[in-house]
Amino acid sequence: MQGKGRAVCVGADIDTDLVIAGRYLRTKDHSIWVAHVFEDLDPSLAGRLNGVVIMAGKNFGCGSSREQAAIALHEAGVVAVVAPSFARIFFRNAINVGLPLIECDLTCREGTGISFDLAEGWIEAGGKKYVIRPLSPRMQEILATGGLVNYWRAHG
Amino acid sequence: MGTLSERILGGSAGEYIDRRVDRAYVHDGTGVLTLEAWKCMGAKKIQDATHLHVLFDHIVPANNSTTATLQHELREFAISSFLHFSEIGGGICHQIMSEGIVLPGEVVVGADSHSCTPGAFGAFATGVGATDMAAIWLTGQTWFRVPESIGIHLSGAFTGAAEAKDLALTYVSRLGMDGATYKALEFIGEGTSILPMDDRLTLCNLAVETGAKAAMFYADDITVQYLKIAGHAIKPQDPEPCRYIQELDLDLSDIVPVIAVPPRVDTIKPVHDLVGLPLDQVFVGTCTNGRYADLARFARIVKGRKVAVRTIVVPASRTVLQEAIRTGILADIVEAGCTLGTPGCGPCLGAHMGVLGEGEVCLSTANRNFKNRMGVGGEIFLSSVATAAASALEGEITEPEVA
Ligand code: SF4
Repeated sequence: MQGKGRAVCVGADIDTDLVIAGRYLRTKDHSIWVAHVFEDLDPSLAGRLNGVVIMAGKNFGCGSSREQAAIALHEAGVVAVVAPSFARIFFRNAINVGLPLIECDLTCREGTGISFDLAEGWIEAGGKKYVIRPLSPRMQEILATGGLVNYWRAHG
Repeated sequence: MGTLSERILGGSAGEYIDRRVDRAYVHDGTGVLTLEAWKCMGAKKIQDATHLHVLFDHIVPANNSTTATLQHELREFAISSFLHFSEIGGGICHQIMSEGIVLPGEVVVGADSHSCTPGAFGAFATGVGATDMAAIWLTGQTWFRVPESIGIHLSGAFTGAAEAKDLALTYVSRLGMDGATYKALEFIGEGTSILPMDDRLTLCNLAVETGAKAAMFYADDITVQYLKIAGHAIKPQDPEPCRYIQELDLDLSDIVPVIAVPPRVDTIKPVHDLVGLPLDQVFVGTCTNGRYADLARFARIVKGRKVAVRTIVVPASRTVLQEAIRTGILADIVEAGCTLGTPGCGPCLGAHMGVLGEGEVCLSTANRNFKNRMGVGGEIFLSSVATAAASALEGEITEPEVA
């Protein structure tokens, strides 16, 4: 899987409460999550995430298992999230909803062009190419089919 | 030979395996998304429901008609599909799973991050998101990467007013918020042998705050006794020599009462350093500290006195509530001026009750103090039950007295 987008920088240890607050969870209307994504971190972020690669510090997505966090980012148009490490439930959730995650420790420069190829295992930021840790074959397959729902539609 | 995770999952650390799930559970929050994803997968009927649980605990009773409608749909499905269903007021999912459902050696998956809690029984218990859970409803199994394990050696015994929650916050601060990401925690050493199940559950509950995938105690005589009362005859698990990726030694006699200051669970201070901080609310409950032993400890301290700040007490389950009624401690709690909530999560998630106002400060026995979690602009300090009780009586952070 390949992709590209502009970098938006966020900090380390961003928990899923910050991605989407508990007060917005009780709905099936995904547009509510998109509208309020990152509200408690930086309310100006929602509405300008389309075509963006989020570059975060370590442990992105820690805390609550709420899958709405991954859905909100994905449906807001986030192309991928790059971080030195991810919390494991968020990791699985993101892949399951079709949002690529890239484990890589890069310095973030707001607005830099980022491109990546997961199958070939690289990311390019600010004109420099870096090798990334590949996802497990199962995760690559889930991502390639567009998420776990599609995966089981195809395999079930 | 292997860690308990390796033995239960049947693989070596680092290996990817597919494993049948012995027990899987969702709550009213994650269950809604699970049901939606399961339907989208093309599923029509649950094939094997014997191991599937749906437990309503997060927003109970429903706070508005949107929530009620979502709950209605999930409830109808759960009842008609013969999933084990726990109605509102039954209690917090992790607590109910710990009242004689989860057994040693089981692989348990919950659609909630604190599903590491019942690992206290010597089970491999871990949290997943809703879509992973939908696939478990569909296939009965899921994939795991067998985790490396961190061995936490416990020695000694608690002294003074320190309790398991103080130990839990201490190990979280030692490992850090991502210190155990992708790994499992194993509590070992002679210090474990004196910890009752309630304490073990508190210790396993906080594991996810270090990023851990699972946390566990080996089933021993205490586990055998606890489960015997619940009607199960189980065998203890013998530790085998195994390799830990990291080890941490904690002497229980070194533990002092601490508080995690907002907005991070891994940032702790001795209660002593925060004495006098004014409080707007005290909350006693949750899957961390809402069990009978917690309520009993709280009642012992507030009995015959009056709280000086609004104090919300929420039993973790109906069983806990019934026991508190039967022994009379509930009367002591109410007479002290505390307010009760329906068994369940209560104010912990800031979605329906006990929400904080802008600038308000809450001392809570829960496990998370993230920014805005209990209400926009509110701050959450996390403590033990003893610290919460002493502080409720003064209306400000107060050191617990030695029992
Ligand atoms: S009590 Fe709090 S931490 Fe525990 S399951 Fe409920 S919301 Fe989550």
